[in-house]
Amino acid sequence: MKCSEFLNELTNYLDGMLDARTKSELDDHLAWCHNCYVVCDTTRKTIEIYRNSELYELPDDLRSRLRSAIMSKCAEKRKKSDPPLE
Amino acid sequence: MSTIQPNIEQPVSEEMQLVRRAKRGDDQAFEELVRRYDRNVFRIAQHITQNREDAEDVVQEAFLKAYGNLAKFQEQSKFYTWLVRIAVNEALMKLRRRRPERTVSLDEEVKTEDDSLPREVADWSPNPEQLYNQAQLRDILMRTIQGLPPGFRTVFVLRDVEGLSTEETAEALELSIPAVKSRLLRARLQLRERLNRFFQKRGNGDGHRKPASGDGDQ
Repeated sequence: MKCSEFLNELTNYLDGMLDARTKSELDDHLAWCHNCYVVCDTTRKTIEIYRNSELYELPDDLRSRLRSAIMSKCAEKRKKSDPPLE
Repeated sequence: MSTIQPNIEQPVSEEMQLVRRAKRGDDQAFEELVRRYDRNVFRIAQHITQNREDAEDVVQEAFLKAYGNLAKFQEQSKFYTWLVRIAVNEALMKLRRRRPERTVSLDEEVKTEDDSLPREVADWSPNPEQLYNQAQLRDILMRTIQGLPPGFRTVFVLRDVEGLSTEETAEALELSIPAVKSRLLRARLQLRERLNRFFQKRGNGDGHRKPASGDGDQ
């Protein structure tokens, strides 16, 4: 297996979406190719760091302000579409 | 080497029960859906628009649109995937308004392919996120992901940060599965390449680097 072939399968490899035979070919490649091992390892770390990063968390006060705004606009919308019966 | 597993799994039936109650006019059920997904929609919107006010607007507009169009939701996908699709479209519209000089599209093509090929192969410190204090790390991660083209950034955020499956990401972005996979690979490799200079092992052996003074945890 060439490094470019390994790279093409990297996403499927990291996501555990390969059949057993292809996975074992990739494992064999990783066992001797240090560069691909490092690329694979650091890509996995990249994903984990972003997944655990909690960037852009919604603060509680803003969250409840947004929710009240949403729900009152929803109520207005409903009023407009369902006028009360006389 | 271990594989990466998606980190969100909501029981579909419970979600669908809320959707059905909301369709019948139960606003409390809709509010529960807002509560369940507002944080996700906000994160996605911030990643796409890179602007806090725009992200707040997107949260409101996406839920209002979902509310107004609930009757049209066919229940063939998860409500969350449908909602993400609405939110992504709203966020892209905001981005286009802010950057009219640049066309913003999820279909940006392959010109950046060379950027994705690993040019620098250096091992990272065993715990790279511990090389920096929290504020520095957030800054590094934000600046790095903001440098990706919107089409790559959005796929990476949905798939790897929010934990949607490849199929759900494809559906939410109206892309084919091969297109999602190809963008995801390139997004992951570009981020990795850009993070190299912050996280690679240092020459002094322990890989540690002192945080710059006056910038965070005292």
